[in-house]
Order: sequence, then C-alpha cells, then structure tokens
Amino acid sequence: MTSDPRSVVDDALAAIPEGERGRTFEEPWQAQAFAITLALHRRGVFTWNEWAETLGGEIKAAQAHGDPDDGHTYYHHWLRAIERLVEEKGISTRATLARYRDAWDRAADRTPHGAPIVLEPKDFG
Amino acid sequence: MSAHDHDHDHDHGSELSEVQLRVRALETVLTEKGYVDPTVLDRIVEHFETRVGPHVGARIVARAWTDPAFRAALLADATRAVNESGSFEPIGDHLVAVENTPEQHNVVVCTLCSCYPWDVLGLPPVWYKSAPYRSRVVMDPRSVLADFRVSLPEGTRVRVWDSTAETRYLVVPERPAGTDGWSEERLAALVTRDSMIGTGLALDPAEVSS
Repeated sequence: MTSDPRSVVDDALAAIPEGERGRTFEEPWQAQAFAITLALHRRGVFTWNEWAETLGGEIKAAQAHGDPDDGHTYYHHWLRAIERLVEEKGISTRATLARYRDAWDRAADRTPHGAPIVLEPKDFG
Repeated sequence: MSAHDHDHDHDHGSELSEVQLRVRALETVLTEKGYVDPTVLDRIVEHFETRVGPHVGARIVARAWTDPAFRAALLADATRAVNESGSFEPIGDHLVAVENTPEQHNVVVCTLCSCYPWDVLGLPPVWYKSAPYRSRVVMDPRSVLADFRVSLPEGTRVRVWDSTAETRYLVVPERPAGTDGWSEERLAALVTRDSMIGTGLALDPAEVSS
C-alpha cells in the first residue's frame, strides 16, 4: 500500500468540517453505539479482548472489501462488531435485529417530519 | 435545500439512515431484554461528551511533574496511582504510564483496532483510528512524527507501544524547560492530547504565554 507520508493527519482531517473537529462523536448514532458497547461490557457480556478481536476482525473484513479505513468509517465497523457479538453471545439473532430495523423504518415513515419517532406494535407489520 | 423543498417536508414521513435504523433496532432489542437502560446510555454519552477528555490526562501528567512520589507510583502502576490519589475520577482501564526521557520517546498506537485510554484522554482522534497511522507508526515512527512536526534529537530512541484491549498507554511527556515553580494547573495547560499519545511534545511556555 502506498500512501503519501505527509498525509496521515491531513487525510484524516480533510473530511471533517472545520467546526466539527474536536467533537467527541460526529453523529448521535455513533454515541449510541458507543454507549451500548460500554453498557454491555459493564454487564459482563464480553471482555475487552473479545471486543477488540471482533472490532479488529470487522475492520480487516471491511478493508478486504475496499473500505478506505481512514478513520471515518470507524463507527460503521463498530456497529457491525456489536451486532456480531450480540448474535454470538446468543442475546438476539440477525433475523430479530432485521425485524426491529424494519419496524423502525415503518415508524419513521408514518411519523411527520420533526415529530419524535416512536416504535409501536403496528410497525412490526 | 430550497425553501420550496422545505415547505413540503411535513407532508412526508421522517427518515432514518440505515445506520440509525440499525442502532435503534439494537437499542430496542437490548432494552426489552434488560441488557441496557436508555437512561444509563444517555449518562454514558454525556460523560464522554462533557466530562472526560485530555484535560484529565493533562492534570495527571502535571501532577507527575510536580510530585515525585506520585510520579514514581504512576510509573509503577498507573491505574492504582490515579485511583488512590483521591484527586482524579477512578479509572477502569488497565493503564500503563510510559515516560519520555532524553533517551527515549514513546508513541502509542493500537494496530488491531483503536484501543485508547478513554478514561484519561476521552475518545481517540480520527487519525488515531486510521489505517495509515496504525500501520506506518510501527514501521516508520520517525516519519509519522515528522507529519506531526515533531523532530527528535538523533540519539533519542523511539519506542512504539501497541495497545491491547486490556492495556492502554499514557505517555508522560518531558516537562518543558522554563517552567520551574509553575503550579500544577499552569503546567497542565502545556500538556496536549497529542503529547500524551506521543505524536506531540508538551507545549513550550513561550507558545502559551499571552
């Protein structure tokens, strides 16, 4: 892999709008994903070693599929890693997570713009 | 977006991105099963957004510069030294403090993912999580340091510490000259985030005097 030796910092910063540099999370979903991970670790669902292995595995897999792995897609890998651990630990299944994802999608669709989106039984279709 | 588009937004439903949908799905499933509590999640986020950050590490470093007994304890067992000092919030990670000297400069990386001492530095900067940093700092630390405009004397050895999930490193930078008699608080202002990762040095007093 060739990369310009002067680009480590510049590349990582280039895609962040000036005013957002130094923010802890770029978007709220990243904060939620981070917090879920800490909460599950506190409950003893996994060890940090298991976490690092899973996250490291997701990063490698993403790189193999052409992800730039420049730091900006980091929380995408992070999210996949929690989903995988939640399945591997038998807490939930891919199918259940997909069903809830679809339900949230329906809830968003029927919620007027600007109103809080709340999940209801009818969203499970 | 034009005003025209905006006027019509209320006619349509809301939209959540793919990742937002997946995070909401996870949170709902885990909440229903009792694994997470949304109010606790909010508290965790608030803690990381407002309370922890490099200022915590900076105070620890400044204490080490001014208190020889604390410095010795920190280098022996950083987690214990911090937790027993009574002056800092307790840390959960296994923290190892590595001290810069004229002979050795320390740099921290996590080659596997991006393990980082959250409790004392907050969350890592984007470049810390990037593949170029993770791979290059191991192969050629001096060129990476040059990216950060850090040049070290020829004779200084560079040691790269690869974090693991269970061991996280905090670099104690060298105390800048010309700071004799400075208070801990004043010294802490010289300790940057990058200086505690090893991709920077503590600020020169001349850089902060105003």
